[in-house]
Amino acid sequence: MNKALAERETQTGQKLSFVDCDIHPVPRSPKDLQPYLSARWREHAETFGGHVCQGLIGQLPFPRMMAAGMRADSYPSNGGPPGCDLELMQRQHLDAHGCEAGFLVALTRSGMDERNLEFGAALAHAINDWQLHDWVAKDNRLKAGIVVPQEYPEFAVTEIDQRAAENAAFRQVILSPRASEPLGRRKYWPIYQAIERNNLVLGLHPAGLSGGHPTSGTGWGTYYMQEHYGFSSSFAGNVVSLIMEGVFERYPGLKVAMIETGFSWAPSLGWRMDREWERNRKETPHLRQRPSEYLHKHFWFCTQPMEEPEDPAHLNDIFDWIGWDRMMYSSDYPHWDYDDPRVALNFKMTPAQRAAILRENARALYRLS
Amino acid sequence: MMKVPSGSIDCDVHPAVPGMAALMPHLDAFWREHLAERYIDQSPFTLQSYAPSLPHSARPDWRSAKGVAGSDLEVFRAQALDAFGTRLAIANVLYGAVALFNNDMAAALCAAVNNWVAREWLDHEPRLRASILVAPENAELAAGEIERCAGDQRFVQVLLLVMGDHPLGHRNYWPIYRAAERHGLPIGIHAGSTFRHAPTGSGWPSYHVEDSILQAPAFEDTVVSFLAEGVFQKFPGTKLVLMEAGFAWLPALMWRTNRSWRGVRTEVPWIDRPPADIVRDHVRVTLQPVDAPNGEVLNRVIDHIRSDELILFSTDYPHWQFDGEDALPAGLSDAMIRKITVDNPLATYPRLRADANQERAELRREAAP
Repeated sequence: MNKALAERETQTGQKLSFVDCDIHPVPRSPKDLQPYLSARWREHAETFGGHVCQGLIGQLPFPRMMAAGMRADSYPSNGGPPGCDLELMQRQHLDAHGCEAGFLVALTRSGMDERNLEFGAALAHAINDWQLHDWVAKDNRLKAGIVVPQEYPEFAVTEIDQRAAENAAFRQVILSPRASEPLGRRKYWPIYQAIERNNLVLGLHPAGLSGGHPTSGTGWGTYYMQEHYGFSSSFAGNVVSLIMEGVFERYPGLKVAMIETGFSWAPSLGWRMDREWERNRKETPHLRQRPSEYLHKHFWFCTQPMEEPEDPAHLNDIFDWIGWDRMMYSSDYPHWDYDDPRVALNFKMTPAQRAAILRENARALYRLS
Repeated sequence: MMKVPSGSIDCDVHPAVPGMAALMPHLDAFWREHLAERYIDQSPFTLQSYAPSLPHSARPDWRSAKGVAGSDLEVFRAQALDAFGTRLAIANVLYGAVALFNNDMAAALCAAVNNWVAREWLDHEPRLRASILVAPENAELAAGEIERCAGDQRFVQVLLLVMGDHPLGHRNYWPIYRAAERHGLPIGIHAGSTFRHAPTGSGWPSYHVEDSILQAPAFEDTVVSFLAEGVFQKFPGTKLVLMEAGFAWLPALMWRTNRSWRGVRTEVPWIDRPPADIVRDHVRVTLQPVDAPNGEVLNRVIDHIRSDELILFSTDYPHWQFDGEDALPAGLSDAMIRKITVDNPLATYPRLRADANQERAELRREAAP
């Protein structure tokens, strides 16, 4: 630990109190999910395995940087991947820094990117059971995200309704932003209706597996540096789609949490949408507000990976433009670019602003009491 | 909005090919016969990104009964040059040949466009300069076209569309950058897509307005591609001019790449200093369209970029970015206006600089006793 920080904590005897909007739990092995899969799908998983839109299985075509994209110290000593061990997560992150609530984003073996829709549904159902029994039941600070395969809206709706009724720990719905169609398209609307109906939040987090499309119309990059940048730039397409298709006119209660997507790009996207919309507004007569108004009203942004301008004060402009009530701290534990809650917000702000970002905004959005 | 000072250099104007008939005299006998036989000489070669009926493709008062906006030299002179007191303007002909899959046909048609612009426009209008249009997917043919045209000093840059087969930093394209560097030609990258890929990481959006908005993330991914591939280290004389790209997204790109570079630098070891510094040295943007909604925000954005050397004046004639003759956004200081309208274009384009030096030498000779 940073020595100055350690001293400060010792002196004050206080830890931070924060809500973490991005924590990644990972099954120790496929066996973890077996209790939650039927014999039919266990056998399918063993014989056929996953069927996804990329050339490699069991690895990504843009290999991650250090330690497979993980904090090197987050590999459990008893084996298994980072994020599989609750006790280690508590020791390194939840207890160490004073986490009062943490939102699970389960990406691995979640079925979001599975081409066989019924298998994807079985995996998503299993990962939702697993979140409840292997995580939430063991540490009630953890809140679960209902994972649904977005290409199978019919199943997704059933799953959302069932999970929301089952346990209040399910606070949001996670679907892949690397979908087969931009997320505002009609195909996905039943999912948004179910989210709104159940008073949940739509959480969007980058996914490593593509839905078959490169991150932008420029085509496939060469380096992980480009893929990593795409985690931010590719979100513009989904934000624009959700807004321009009129999803928020149809579902005015829908709220979107942008998780690990970056955020400094959001104000300029809002200005650009407004300008283009003014010029072309007859094409989308279903919109009754300027696009930036939907952006401001319906989107929340998580801080990790915290942007680092050469002049840290420039971040204040960005927070002013997005809104201090719309930014939420996230750590991305156990990933390599983990943001430590003690040092991530390293620019000048008032104590009230800091409290809003560290916990108050997430408490309000996710209705934590 | 304010008027642009007389004597400005307009770095993005669009003469339009009135139709294939205008190009036929500039093709050789084989292509004339071949295109006629297949009735391809009757094809419009209109890019979807700039379909003539779209509002942004031509300002209402710049539309003409005489054909596609920008296709008549007399009208062009009056509206694009005289109206703004323009000293020099760079003609970027956006022509659909670049969207063909047939490399040979694309190259022949691009060459015809370059011949056409030299004979029909540059020969008749001393204030005009032009970009060399190339179809980049066959980089050898593209480099050959640059070599063929570069002897004519009125060609001042190479013209590419931002979305093609691969992100433009890709090594497939390096013969283009080698040729351009050899001749002191910046690489002009203009908004527009050949739609080899969906415009978003999640597929095809519904509306034209989405395509227009999503030019911005495509430019972001393109800049990151040039950085990651090491183009600026391999060809240190390279200048990128991003045209009709907007630029309010640039600070977020600089911040994100500065941070991610610290994590990914072993993958891209040729990036030998913070990416934001490289961007400030090698990347330029044309002024229109201005995404920032007012002068105050615009000045914050320029402040975030931390340089007054990146923006080059453009009207984007006949595209509809502003009304009347107020081609400059409000709020710019006199010093900044001087940089944008004259100093920055001269610093960016070696061939314009050579012209300016020659002009000065002539003036000195005339003034000599």
